[in-house]
Amino acid sequence: MNVFDIIGPVMIGPSSSHTAGAVRLGRVVNKLIDDRKLKRVEITLSGSFAQTYKGHGTDRALMAGIMGYKSYSPEIRDALKIADKRGIEYSFNKENIKGAHPNTARIHYYLEDGSEGVMQGASIGGGNILVKQINGMDVDFNGENNTILVMHEDKPGVIASVTNMMHWEHAELNISNFRLSRQEKGGEAIMTIEIDNAPPEELVEEIRGIEHVLNAILIRRV
Amino acid sequence: MIKYESIEELVTEAEKRNIKISQLVLEDQAKTMEVSELELYEKMELSFEVMQQSVKDGMKKDQKSMSGLTGGEGYLMNQYVTDKDGGLCGNLMSKAIARALSVAGCNASMGKIVAAPTAGSCGILPGCLVSLYEDRGFDKRAIIMSMFTAGAVGMVVAARSSIAGAQGGCQAECGSAAAMAAAALVELMGGTPSQCADACAMAISNQMGLVCDPVAGLVEIPCVKRNVSGLVIAYSSADMALAGIGAKIPADECIDAMREVGDALPASLKETAGGGLATTPTGRKLRDKVFGN
Repeated sequence: MNVFDIIGPVMIGPSSSHTAGAVRLGRVVNKLIDDRKLKRVEITLSGSFAQTYKGHGTDRALMAGIMGYKSYSPEIRDALKIADKRGIEYSFNKENIKGAHPNTARIHYYLEDGSEGVMQGASIGGGNILVKQINGMDVDFNGENNTILVMHEDKPGVIASVTNMMHWEHAELNISNFRLSRQEKGGEAIMTIEIDNAPPEELVEEIRGIEHVLNAILIRRV
Repeated sequence: MIKYESIEELVTEAEKRNIKISQLVLEDQAKTMEVSELELYEKMELSFEVMQQSVKDGMKKDQKSMSGLTGGEGYLMNQYVTDKDGGLCGNLMSKAIARALSVAGCNASMGKIVAAPTAGSCGILPGCLVSLYEDRGFDKRAIIMSMFTAGAVGMVVAARSSIAGAQGGCQAECGSAAAMAAAALVELMGGTPSQCADACAMAISNQMGLVCDPVAGLVEIPCVKRNVSGLVIAYSSADMALAGIGAKIPADECIDAMREVGDALPASLKETAGGGLATTPTGRKLRDKVFGN
């Protein structure tokens, strides 16, 4: 924790957990989508999010984050109108997601190119988040560290290829946490790699170039 | 390296080196975050400028919250201060109240604010500091430095207790903000680090036990007005400390007591809208009106 966690963040109100945290959850989806064109999102809200989302602007905040705005962007207020203008369809429904943190959202996105994905995460207070699942696979990271997500085929040697490349190309990078999760043997898998350092710009592109890697994204420390 | 686990650590270290708490914190944070002191100072300056803008945005006549339950409080208070020459509390305090209401109102209408330490309690520190800057002509650099002192107090509260209403009730949000502001005010007025700690202790003591009971679960009723009570407690605690009235219970022990009280509060009084003002007949009616039940 540092002094700007207390005097800050600079944010659009009214709630650090229900507004600023919601923007940050949306931004994870924005990273997953990258520069592909978004067609539709289905957002499921659970717990306190479901009860109070309208009054806190949680719906606008999530959409703003999905479209790439930040927790201090004034556009949050008009995020639903902006989504309409961009031709993005959206729906919000309430569901009690069992065992989930009280402020949980599940965002299912559909792209123009026919692909889709799901992210589930929680806003755990003070604007901080915990991403729990991506495409049904457990990830569990909070964005306090620089985090690289690598979506890949579950094949022998992929982890070694990624970590070896990181070490040989960028010797200063130090992994502070590593987690692997997969849907089924030989199916889609996801690596969550948290690193201490600020990663170089080209790292994500380099990882994407590795065989059997489907996609890689970087969530920078906030 | 400062641990930010006790107020006493801050006071001892600052007094040993004969510097202000803010200077100690700025130096330490620059080292920890591996950036220059100037960069950190400028970042804090930006936060102060956002605070000034939130005061302006929230003081507009047509300011209205997202739900429509609150709005225009800052404007009305400011009009009253002007028309009645400061009203009962006098010009400085009444205008500070108007500013705290404005910032909290700005937050409730999805305006831009600085969480300090939270969005719900975001009016207290700007209400105190912008007033000294704009109405009393305090040096801008001193004001911005005092925000590091406020931040350090908040870090200690977060480490020993909590700054989240869901965990500790409103005492953890507006109480922490009042303690932070009180310490900053004492430093600005030339008080010693140990007087900062006294003000901090008194501010926390005077908000002890305050519950978080938002109507309809929104950061509007009573949050907007609770920023005012936090602000008044910050000023009065700072004045008491500067007058030489010491805190009988040290700040760290007050913070520990706040945690114990927060733990003892039932869930219904910790940001769940399950008790207190939220479940009064009128509170329920307002909730139904907002959600159309």
